[in-house]
Amino acid sequence: MSDIKYILGSFGDPVEMMHGIDKLQENGVSIYDVYTPMPIHGIEVKLGIKRSRIDIAAFCFGITGTCAAFALIYFCAVIDWKVNIGGKPSFALPDFIPIMFELTVLFCAFGMVLTYYASTHLFPGRAPRVMDLRATDDRFVIAVDAKDNTAHTVIDGLLKDAGALEVKYNERKYISYE
Amino acid sequence: MSGHNESILREPLITGNDITYAKITDDILGPVENKPNKAWWIGFIVASLGALLWVVAVSYTFWNGIGAWGLNKTVGWAWDITGFVWWVGIGHAGTLISAVLLLFRQNWRNSINRSAEAMTIFAVICAATYVVSHMGRPWLAYWVLPLPNQFGSLWVNFNSPLVWDMFAISTYFSVSLLFWYTGLLPDIATIRDRATGTRKKIYSIFSFGWSGSVKTWQRFEAVSLILAGISTPLVLSVHTIVSMDFATSVIPGWHTTIFPPYFVAGAIFSGFAMVLTLLLVARKVLGLENYITMFHIESMNKIIILTGSIVGVAYLTEFFIAWYSGSEYEQYAFINRSTGPYWWAYWMMMTCNVISPQLLWFKKIRLSIRATWILSIVVNIGMWFERFVIIVTSLHRDYIPSSWAMFSPTWVDVSVFVGSIGLFFTLFLLFLRVLPSIAIAEVKLLLKSASEQAKMKQIKEGHENKEYVAEYVESLEKFDSVKQEEYAKI
Repeated sequence: MSDIKYILGSFGDPVEMMHGIDKLQENGVSIYDVYTPMPIHGIEVKLGIKRSRIDIAAFCFGITGTCAAFALIYFCAVIDWKVNIGGKPSFALPDFIPIMFELTVLFCAFGMVLTYYASTHLFPGRAPRVMDLRATDDRFVIAVDAKDNTAHTVIDGLLKDAGALEVKYNERKYISYE
Repeated sequence: MSGHNESILREPLITGNDITYAKITDDILGPVENKPNKAWWIGFIVASLGALLWVVAVSYTFWNGIGAWGLNKTVGWAWDITGFVWWVGIGHAGTLISAVLLLFRQNWRNSINRSAEAMTIFAVICAATYVVSHMGRPWLAYWVLPLPNQFGSLWVNFNSPLVWDMFAISTYFSVSLLFWYTGLLPDIATIRDRATGTRKKIYSIFSFGWSGSVKTWQRFEAVSLILAGISTPLVLSVHTIVSMDFATSVIPGWHTTIFPPYFVAGAIFSGFAMVLTLLLVARKVLGLENYITMFHIESMNKIIILTGSIVGVAYLTEFFIAWYSGSEYEQYAFINRSTGPYWWAYWMMMTCNVISPQLLWFKKIRLSIRATWILSIVVNIGMWFERFVIIVTSLHRDYIPSSWAMFSPTWVDVSVFVGSIGLFFTLFLLFLRVLPSIAIAEVKLLLKSASEQAKMKQIKEGHENKEYVAEYVESLEKFDSVKQEEYAKI
């Protein structure tokens, strides 16, 4: 048993999986992570994952875009080269608004999504760290660190009681590297 | 996932009684994982011939300059800008479906958003090629950017709507691409985990290493919601700015404040029509009747009636205001539109955009796949004519009667337009083969709450109000993918 790194409880139904998480936690088993084919609301609370602060990042990127656009237009059209259009003022703020708006959206979207990719380690070519290949298809997988939780038979029983269709013992953390 | 069920009165979003999570994956990935069928090859060959025509026509334009088009001194803008606005308009449905409908929690968007977004991206590509090729010297396209240059420090004119448009279209394209691709990551990971060999390696690179862990999903949902929030005003701004290309000028017929809302409504109108044109065929050929149901088709038809009617009201308002303005130039522009030498284009637009979509008030027509498909094409013909009418009829009779002229397209004009349709379909058909045409993860979310089988279970449990159940069963009659016998037994 000592080679086992992770115990995976593979469920066919999200409600049963949630039940499984509760069971494990009631019995003091710590959960490493849960892999699901779709977002399941409520797991993050159970696993104690904090609210995402990506909205704050998005706001900051957005406001940077607004300021950058204003600075660019102001520098080009008001300071560096004033174009005389029928003697109208070169600091024509209403005309600046469309580009300021577009750059706000552009900076916000790219800043936020790139922050998201960076914080969840997503980038092209990254080796997928998959514990169970069916977790992106039809299985809801609870992963338990086998080194921290040594009562393997108890965990096995708890998972099966909750309705796990299969309990796997992985000797490697990520099978996708094979 | 919560314990309570969705109201029985709502129509199911997934039909069929043997749907499981695995079946959803199998059904949607069918076209991606198997060899293409004959219908796909025929479509692809025809479309790529069109794309080839586009390459020839655009290259010819680049080589000879825009003198190759039928433009003259009076009509200096015609099929190019018509085609551009037409494509940008079509490109509006994707983000509308994925962003606006997400904010309004319209779950039926889940099965159509992916292909609508793909369509958006391809339509904007077609639009962008018009922008580049109408420049005459496309190798100097970077001049539209505010770059430091060798001409002193002469910048672009930030007061010009054409510069705003450049910012709007490029922001729209890149943000739509980002939104689309981020949403695709979990589905690419699904393909990756089912594939072997080289395929696995390729999809592995493009999946960005997606694992589906709790934190990734939680962040993913936050990101999607904020992207939807910022894309909603973006969609509205893009066509608003496109309309300002005209509305900020002083040409009679263009100089109207109604343009922004009217263009946006028109864009949604034509975008939804194009989504229907594509999806009605795709659902049949790819066998996705259980996911893109009659309810989806009917809902889109309702949006078409709404936006088509807004467009109709806008046409009438424009006419009224032209008269009410008291400006004889403005009045002439509109009288000339409807009764002048281009009367046929005007009435074509009126018929296709205002009159024929009203047929969708009839339930029978709204629920007929054939009628819907024909109407969706009619709408886009009408929308092409709308832009042609606005552009050409406002220009062709200017202030000096001696310079009045008509516009006749050359073979290059026609080929660029027909070719761009070929390019669009080529890209769309390739998309159907390499990426899932329906957002797999998002559709799986609906299985336990909004599917026919979940509702069937609810009925069988017997806690539902009998009248409601009867009403629900009646609403199922319109579905071509529901077996009625199952309900006769209950």
